[in-house]
Amino acid sequence: MAAAYFLNRSATALAAFLLLSFGSSAASQIEDQAEQFFRSGHTNNWAVLVCTSRFWFNYRHVANTLSVYRSVKRLGIPDSHIVLMLADDMACNPRNPKPATVFSHKNMELNVYGDDVEVDYRSYEFTSPRRSDHRIPSGDCSSSFSPLLNVSCLFCFHSMTLYNELLFIIDTCQGASMYERFYSPNIMALASSQVGEDSLSHQPDPAIGVHLMDRYTFYVLEFLEEINPASQTNMNDLFQVCPKSLCVSTPGHRTDLFKRDPKNVLITDFFGSVRKVEITTETVSLQQDSETTDGSYKEDQTEEELIEPLKYAEQLPVAQIIHQKPKLKDWHPPGGFILGLWALILMVFFKTYGIKHMKFIF
Amino acid sequence: MGLLSDPVRRRALARLVLRLNAPLWALPVAWLERTMRSIGLEVYTQSFSRKLPFPDETHERYMVSGTNVYGILRAPRAASTESLVLTVPCGPDSANSQAVGLLLALAAHFRGQIYWAKDIIFLLTEHDLLGTEAWLEAYHDVNVTGMQSSSLQGRAGAIQAAVALELSSDVVTSLDVTVEGLNGQLPNLDLLNLFQTFCQKGGLLCTLQGKLQPQDWTSLDGPLQGLQTLLLMVLRQASGRPHGPHGLFLRYGVEALTLRGINSFRQYKYDLVAVGKALEGMFRKLNHLLERLHQSFFFYLLPALSRFVSIGLYMPAAGFLLLVLGLKALELWMQLHEAGVGPEEGGGSPGPSASLLPAQGVGLASLVAPLLISQAVGLALYILPVLGQHVATQHFPVSESEAVVLTLLAIYAAGLALPHNTHRMVTIQALDRGWMTLKLVALIYLALQLGCITLTNFSLGFLLAATMVPAAVLTKPQGPRPLYAALLVLTSPAAVLLGSLFLWRELQEVPLSLAEGWQLFLSALAQGVLEHHIYGALLFPLLSLGLYPCWLLFWNVLFWK
Repeated sequence: MAAAYFLNRSATALAAFLLLSFGSSAASQIEDQAEQFFRSGHTNNWAVLVCTSRFWFNYRHVANTLSVYRSVKRLGIPDSHIVLMLADDMACNPRNPKPATVFSHKNMELNVYGDDVEVDYRSYEFTSPRRSDHRIPSGDCSSSFSPLLNVSCLFCFHSMTLYNELLFIIDTCQGASMYERFYSPNIMALASSQVGEDSLSHQPDPAIGVHLMDRYTFYVLEFLEEINPASQTNMNDLFQVCPKSLCVSTPGHRTDLFKRDPKNVLITDFFGSVRKVEITTETVSLQQDSETTDGSYKEDQTEEELIEPLKYAEQLPVAQIIHQKPKLKDWHPPGGFILGLWALILMVFFKTYGIKHMKFIF
Repeated sequence: MGLLSDPVRRRALARLVLRLNAPLWALPVAWLERTMRSIGLEVYTQSFSRKLPFPDETHERYMVSGTNVYGILRAPRAASTESLVLTVPCGPDSANSQAVGLLLALAAHFRGQIYWAKDIIFLLTEHDLLGTEAWLEAYHDVNVTGMQSSSLQGRAGAIQAAVALELSSDVVTSLDVTVEGLNGQLPNLDLLNLFQTFCQKGGLLCTLQGKLQPQDWTSLDGPLQGLQTLLLMVLRQASGRPHGPHGLFLRYGVEALTLRGINSFRQYKYDLVAVGKALEGMFRKLNHLLERLHQSFFFYLLPALSRFVSIGLYMPAAGFLLLVLGLKALELWMQLHEAGVGPEEGGGSPGPSASLLPAQGVGLASLVAPLLISQAVGLALYILPVLGQHVATQHFPVSESEAVVLTLLAIYAAGLALPHNTHRMVTIQALDRGWMTLKLVALIYLALQLGCITLTNFSLGFLLAATMVPAAVLTKPQGPRPLYAALLVLTSPAAVLLGSLFLWRELQEVPLSLAEGWQLFLSALAQGVLEHHIYGALLFPLLSLGLYPCWLLFWNVLFWK
């Protein structure tokens, strides 16, 4: 009857979270110390945390997302820079024996739905804004379903220079299918399972009656709990989290679109909003950025000139990059006219050749 | 035969009852209302009454009236859109004394929890299944069986699932589950899996068809025992009776099970706490559901609690049996046309079309008489017993139910004498091949009927097909007539019923002697007629209006002159 562990088969897409970080115009000519001060280039971190699962038995997906929310807040990103989307309300579900709580560890050790949780898009406000382009998947885990944000949408983000570097983590069945299609630059992606594998849940709680966490997120969170704002752990350590022996599925990652080497990328670049403070007694003289000032001055002077019409940046040939599956036309059964025509033909055939030759049938 | 056979004794008993001025047994309605209200449920009652078509010999009742009591536990934080039902059928002789206590204890426990998302209805019915039917009809606002029931004051939303409980002792050695319902309908297999999961978790001993689960599937014992359980389920499903209140819930799209506590001589006993825990677990799981149970199979056969045979595997068997009928019909058709063509070619050229037509006309005309008469006998078999019971009791010293049964048997046997009468009606010299045409029509008629029956109630269709098809195919007027006659009588619907009763008892390891078997057969006939009238069971009309006339056609074929 029941398998050894609860399979994630019927879930909708699990928590997926993107971290957008905006670039800053980093280059300033000051001393090395100050230059090192601004080394990472991540001065404006955003976190988008999405849980697309509804219904009581997907309690653990909401618990996943809220746990990551908690870690990300602890590492410094403020609520104003976090977009938290939860598709269903577990804390106030009538089936919750402990209302107004969402636990992420069994025996109710840790309530992740505390006093200061700010949910931006909740339950049934959470519908897909542009239905034609991307659907929120519902139903079985299928490989390569389009998520909340389409891959070409990410490309739009890049061409509009909306992000500097993007970390994409997803915990769902066949998670690798989500990042296989990416082609925008500066994206690093992690997923909890390969195509053809299911992501499994971690531990059921007998008092609440559902599973509380998923394995991959559980071990990622254990890892993140050891990170503090000053830690120097890099992305390679994050890739090692949850080997197959613990997670049963094989987590995967993709770094070919990312410019920097993952071992040079700090975890806190993405997960925290680290405000670096260095106290110095020397004065740092900031040189005027002549280029930018000249540029803006020039703009004022050349106002009367014809401004070239603005157009979008050169787009990559999308159709060549994404293999388009030929769209299947719906098959309609033949209409009444064709059926009648065939009936007429058959009748004429039989009349011509005479029935007595067919006596064994008629 | 029964207590009420002698009209003198009947009158004496009626006078005694009137003198006592008390019902023989009644549900303590006021006490139940008070108790349930003190637990914190919303309590309502419903009264119903029904005049049975003839007095029921086993329960000795004719005019049935009673009161159902039910309490609704409202979900604390949810809208009352869905509900679950825990029902305990109570009746004068039903072995259900402890179940009421367990129901009240569970109600009190459930009332203290806050995690209910559906309302729970605790239902106590009087006159067991009659009360359940009255409640269900009033709840769903329909009237399918002619029951007069008062409308319900309190409702709780669409019923998602129901569990019926029957306990006769306060300790049980095992829990027996029943899934077969009215007209062979079955609940979703997921509900049975739910029960089995909690049996395993709680370490309870659970049985199916009263048989333990076979442990050893590698040697021959396990599969043999599985086969026995499977055959028991087939026989039960074929009878089309509701084997418990759950059978009546199924008709309204509510998945339901009946759990029966059995107290045998085993040493290890479970108390009601263990049974209550299993029930609590089941209800909590049902509470978590967001949709009706629909993911698993609705048509299956069970060799054991943990194994099932799905419809895709067993339906081809019935298909092949019906194919035999079709092939025989095809062969007859070809023979008819060969014989029809033969004399045509022999005669002159202007002759053929003229001689063929009257021959065919004669063939068809000779068919109409047997068909009409067989169908008329079937109709008489359906209507006359219940209609004529009062006339019969006036002329013979029998009770009403006995009158019904004996009339049934009499009309059935009278049908056997028909072929000698039918032929007097056919004045035109029927061709020798007339019987082939009749047999062709009878084969197609049988195939159609069995096909339709198999689709809705596979067990009944398969059982009838397995017995009637060989005899029907082999019947012909030539050859050893007594042998064919014996074969045909042995495979007639009534004989199949008798045989399956013996087989059923044999499989349950309580074999019957001939006299006991005959008694059981008579009471089964009475039950069949009664259940058709009070629940709408379809076995009696199918057999009397459909299969018996068809069988009579084969009898006519056999005695064709």
